Amino acid sequence: MRKDRDFWILVGTLALFGAVNISFFLVGRLQVNWEDFGIVLAAGITLTMYSFLYKDNPAFKIAENMYVGVALGYTVIITWFNALKPDLYDPLLVPLFTWERTPEYLLFAPMVLGVFMLMRLSTRLAWLSRWPFAFVVGLGAGITIPNYIHTFVLKQIEPSLRPVFSGGETVYMSINTLLILLGVISVLIYFFFSTEHKGPIGVVSKIGIWFLMVSFGASFGYTVMGRMSLLIGRTMFLLKDWLGVVQ
Amino acid sequence: MRLPLLLLSTLLTVLSCNPCNHGALAQGLELILPEGFKAFDTPNDSGETISLTWKVSPSESTDIDYIIYLSPSTDGPWQEAVRFRSDTHYKSDAPELFGFRKKLRNSHFLRIEPRRYFPGKENKKAVYYFKLAMARGEEVVPQGEVVSARAKGNWFDLSKLNNLIIMVSFSGIVLFFIAHARRFPHLFVRRISGLDAVDEALGRATEMGRPALFVHGLTGMGSISTMAAVNILGRIARKVAEYDTILKVVNNDPIVLSVSQEVVKESYLEAGRPDAYNQDNVVLVASEQFPYVVAVGGIMTRERTAANFFVGFFYAESLILAETGAATGAIQVAATDSYTQLPFFITTCDYTLMGEELYAASAYLSREPMLLGSLRAQDLGKAIIILVLFFGTILASFGIEFITQVFRAF
Repeated sequence: MRKDRDFWILVGTLALFGAVNISFFLVGRLQVNWEDFGIVLAAGITLTMYSFLYKDNPAFKIAENMYVGVALGYTVIITWFNALKPDLYDPLLVPLFTWERTPEYLLFAPMVLGVFMLMRLSTRLAWLSRWPFAFVVGLGAGITIPNYIHTFVLKQIEPSLRPVFSGGETVYMSINTLLILLGVISVLIYFFFSTEHKGPIGVVSKIGIWFLMVSFGASFGYTVMGRMSLLIGRTMFLLKDWLGVVQ
Repeated sequence: MRLPLLLLSTLLTVLSCNPCNHGALAQGLELILPEGFKAFDTPNDSGETISLTWKVSPSESTDIDYIIYLSPSTDGPWQEAVRFRSDTHYKSDAPELFGFRKKLRNSHFLRIEPRRYFPGKENKKAVYYFKLAMARGEEVVPQGEVVSARAKGNWFDLSKLNNLIIMVSFSGIVLFFIAHARRFPHLFVRRISGLDAVDEALGRATEMGRPALFVHGLTGMGSISTMAAVNILGRIARKVAEYDTILKVVNNDPIVLSVSQEVVKESYLEAGRPDAYNQDNVVLVASEQFPYVVAVGGIMTRERTAANFFVGFFYAESLILAETGAATGAIQVAATDSYTQLPFFITTCDYTLMGEELYAASAYLSREPMLLGSLRAQDLGKAIIILVLFFGTILASFGIEFITQVFRAF
């Protein structure tokens, strides 16, 4: 019974969508060209995506698979034109066969590592793929650690080490500096794992949790506002570009 | 008679003290050219820039400019490279090169990228020549001295010495505590309540006969959060193998995929259930952010996963993923160090491991000396930072900025 109802809701929605678009084309609201066809397609996919709010349905599944497929195709093109072609094909492989200029032989090293990565497809040679993985993980850690210290230690300490009073500071600024200091220290204490959060440590870590929750609340509100603007953008697209009820 | 004289002398004193009027008084006077004009390769850089320094001139004011002329040869032709107000660009503006001494305000400093002025003729070994001039409007007075330098790449960026010292000291502390944890394997780690929920969630998935879903964040294997996520995945996979339930792992990075497959396979082996491992359950569902969200949302809805684990670094997809999981009624545990996404996980998941709890989780679960030692070292690191902040703020409040300068990021 429920499935039948869902089926008819889907058919009805698709029929309504088709009828609206056909009428738009007939009355000249939309022209028979690629641009207007694109608007219809975008409106259809937008509505299909929102249909998930009701429940999972075949239209959503089609859009989902299409989205994943298009993204994959897009990634392949981007990888070829932004990475493989300019960094490997043009400087190494083309000169290697045409001899128009000296090939950059050094590029053989990353190419071989890349090929090793594909060896995962072979059961016998899969062990070779560990080399590029080791290289990537090691390189990643090497780059990440100094950047991590720079961004999450030094850059965070720097603005916290402010004078509470050094002449010219207002009372509010001094309170602000003290609050920042209290917030940073209490949050750091919350993230202590070697001691039980009891006694004074427990009290300070509770203050830390309060600071965290206040900042999370502010962040939540800020991001929800951003999401609302995205929703407004999509709704405006449907109402203005597609339906034309808003000018 | 005394009053007008007093007023006149006061007026003259005020005029002579006001720096804005200093220039006005200098109008029409001869410019005193600066001394000590020097050019040298900028230290700590990749060989792109040359630094110029010279001493402050008494003639400087808001209406007097400095002009730097540049040429690839000592005979010219000379081209005007930079013109700037004479009361700007001091050595004190570049503490990463000259430090924090107060006397640095007595010298000017300018960093110049000479190759930018000769496009198409970039020669990395070229020597460039510089001349300095003072200008008041159209009137230009050259200093006369020609100095030269060549930009060279430097092996070491000494401005980041504090970063290196912190890294080396911290590595030493970590190594010490790892050795300590090996000797005393029962190091105390406080209970992380979110982690108890992992067993609870897996137990629930087993009872319901539905799969558990492990969702990786969007970062690659180079990210610390992904490394921690992989550690947690190993532990979850082992539990799943013991409970004989199904674990699905989704991610969006081919390297993370391969590492995850290895880790899950190894965990099944450790649990003595290699037969239960199915490689098709560890998949790359999409390589882009929002297609990943759509695909994972679809998996949650169709597979009706009983337990969802969101572990790693997430971006805008966090709320959509966790909201979809909550709508399916799954028990959800999130662990992320992405502080901008934490609010969304806190509101939509049953348990959330915040920030460093993600790293602590793998140590707590595995009790491995290496991870326990690192965790203890991190705590010591935090204690040091607390002391630095506390004493640094007190000292800075009394005008002693030594600690502030030591921890300056360049």
